[in-house]
Amino acid sequence: MIAELGLAALWLAAALAALQMVAGFMAVRDDGSSELVRLIRPAAIAQGVLVTFSFAMLVWLFAITDLSVKLVVSNSHSMKPLIFKLSGTWGNHEGSMLLWVMVMGLAGALIAAVERRLPERTMNATLAAQGVVSLGFYAFLLLSSNPFERLPTPAPEGMGLNPLLQDIGLAFHPPTLYLGYVGLSVAFSFAVGALLTRQVTPNFARAMRPWVLGAWVMLTVGITAGSYWAYYELGWGGWWFWDPVENASLMPWLAATALLHSASVLASRDALRTWTIMLGVVAFSMSMVGTFLVRSGILTSVHAFAVDPERGSFILVLLGIFIGGALLLFALRASTISEGQRFALASREGALVFNNVMLSAILAIVLLGTLYPLLTEAFDVRVSVGPPYFNPVGAIFTVPMLAVMAVGPLLRWRRDRADRIGREVALFAALVLAALILFSLLAEMAILPLLGLALGIGLAVASLLPLRGRKLSRTPLATWGMVTAHFGIAVALIGMASESAFTEERLAAVAEGGSTTVGPWTIELQGVEPVAGPNWTAIQGRLAASYDGGEVKMLTPQSRNFWAPPQQTTESALVTRWNGQLYAVVGDRAPDGRWQLRLWWKPLVPLIWYGGLLVALGGVLALIGRVISDIRHRRLAARIAQRRADREAMA
Amino acid sequence: MRRLILLLNAVLLCSLFGPALAQDTMPPAPYAYRQLDDPGQEAAAQDLMETLRCLKCQSQSIADSDAPMAGDMRHQVRIRIAAGESPDDIRTWLVQRYGDYVSYKPEVSSTTWPLFAIPVLLILLAGGILVGRFRRRGA
Repeated sequence: MIAELGLAALWLAAALAALQMVAGFMAVRDDGSSELVRLIRPAAIAQGVLVTFSFAMLVWLFAITDLSVKLVVSNSHSMKPLIFKLSGTWGNHEGSMLLWVMVMGLAGALIAAVERRLPERTMNATLAAQGVVSLGFYAFLLLSSNPFERLPTPAPEGMGLNPLLQDIGLAFHPPTLYLGYVGLSVAFSFAVGALLTRQVTPNFARAMRPWVLGAWVMLTVGITAGSYWAYYELGWGGWWFWDPVENASLMPWLAATALLHSASVLASRDALRTWTIMLGVVAFSMSMVGTFLVRSGILTSVHAFAVDPERGSFILVLLGIFIGGALLLFALRASTISEGQRFALASREGALVFNNVMLSAILAIVLLGTLYPLLTEAFDVRVSVGPPYFNPVGAIFTVPMLAVMAVGPLLRWRRDRADRIGREVALFAALVLAALILFSLLAEMAILPLLGLALGIGLAVASLLPLRGRKLSRTPLATWGMVTAHFGIAVALIGMASESAFTEERLAAVAEGGSTTVGPWTIELQGVEPVAGPNWTAIQGRLAASYDGGEVKMLTPQSRNFWAPPQQTTESALVTRWNGQLYAVVGDRAPDGRWQLRLWWKPLVPLIWYGGLLVALGGVLALIGRVISDIRHRRLAARIAQRRADREAMA
Repeated sequence: MRRLILLLNAVLLCSLFGPALAQDTMPPAPYAYRQLDDPGQEAAAQDLMETLRCLKCQSQSIADSDAPMAGDMRHQVRIRIAAGESPDDIRTWLVQRYGDYVSYKPEVSSTTWPLFAIPVLLILLAGGILVGRFRRRGA
């Protein structure tokens, strides 16, 4: 009964999305004279409620482990801890797509309920576009991946969830990314709406900006969390692999970063109109490409995809319709949209344009390196593209981008003289040069980590300069946000470069009671014992680690065996100090009775994720700042309207 | 010593090409989980291992994998580095055996040239966009 309720709600929501689409387009065509116009906003809100209800039903099915539902049987198990039963709801294809449409429905409901800045006609066009996108995903769910499908006879027990996914970090990693993807779909709908009614105005950028900011924050958090998860869960201390799945989340982030800056220019300077629209389309395309890569199975093997292409083809067709349609519209309308205000090279807009071009180029490189192996595989030529390609080729564009990023925020809008900020530029250049010389003399470093460290140090200082000479208590939140985010990039960069340049590794076979060293650490293996969890057993090493002969810290890395499904995972143990992290893994027992230990000392490595969180925090600050000032504007407008009404009443 | 290494190679090559099941039951090769004594050589081996794909895993290098085959390949890389072979020679040797797929570092060839041509085009395109945009302004 629960499953049927969920399914019925989903069909109803799809019907409302269709209504929203038809009514929206009719309203745009005959200028809102149709009676249907009044239905658009309520339809969007009701749709959000229904699809949320549907998702809640699926969560309920997982919570009670209803073994008559196919999805529960293939992804859950009655013995699993409750939190992982719940997270199992979206830890699979059907559930994650339902989560996607739910977030999309809620986003549509929210803009329908609160967004009043745009002209009504543009708003209708936006909600119509939102209806088209939602309808595509409802069709995908209902026609090719129904999450509520029943089994003819209930199964005796579920098959369990991949143990690698039974981790609190990963339970919340996919939803964050999906929130980001969906936020970009809203930005896409705004862009299409503005194109349809030719209203590419600063108000459009202001309406779109919170969604882009929110999406960007979610993507940043999702990527940071995913990277930390890979770092501690996979057991080898790697934090970024240029894996297609990671690239699938990085590409929308790069596009969203560019879109965010471009939308800011449009909102405050009425420039870069076509750029903003184009980036809005590109950002959502990258979300769709990411979804396609992750959800179609094409990554496991192009040939597996060719054998069972239903889902992948469906997403490809959707991608074609949405993106092809948007680009066609763009091509038809681009000539009627003027570029907006002009500006000089040495201006803040100039720096932002430069960096948007760089970000787009990096995006193109990542897209190329991700798709090219899939393309050649289709012709039975297998090549691998990995870090030795992405790092140097990406650096061609990243290095100039970081340099411009350091000085760009110091420039004035519209027109500035480069010599006005000569001292700041000199400070940045001196810091970078000094760091380059110092580190190349002190340590033998590869060129990329060296550049990363030097630019990171320079950028960390330069990113704080916009605050200089300002009254800190009166600095707008959005400015704080920018400074925090730029500083976060510098922090993460230093962490990445340091990890790559200074990591020390020790692989050792150690007898119980024996000890070994890695970097400044001495580690003693005190014992190895079996332990058991709710759905796994493990052997656990007891390690006593001391930094430079100081206080002893205990570590308990495990090697876990899950039984449903049977799989072995390593649970690394970490000791975090201010200057780095000790990473320990216990492996197999050698024939002579000694235990394999894998130990790493990674100086400054936590900065990678602290940096990522700072970037996200910057986004949150900017978002709060924007929303507060929007609310203030609304209150003010309401008060003015009130006063005018009073005056008219008096007269 | 050299003969011993050749012998080891022979044994390991068999295991590399042998059925997967046989690999799982055998203990890992000596240098799968053991570093070389010379730090310079170990660093060179590590750099190379990070750019070789574990053929049995999904998107992991042999330096990041517990798969038996990755262990065997790490062993191969380490003993070859220890025997004085250059990393490039070892990469070529592995590519000859397993194809381009094993190396994460694509080389310019008839199948991979777009990977290198497109970035060059991108540089030109980016430069073109910027120059076009700002020169028009200045005029």
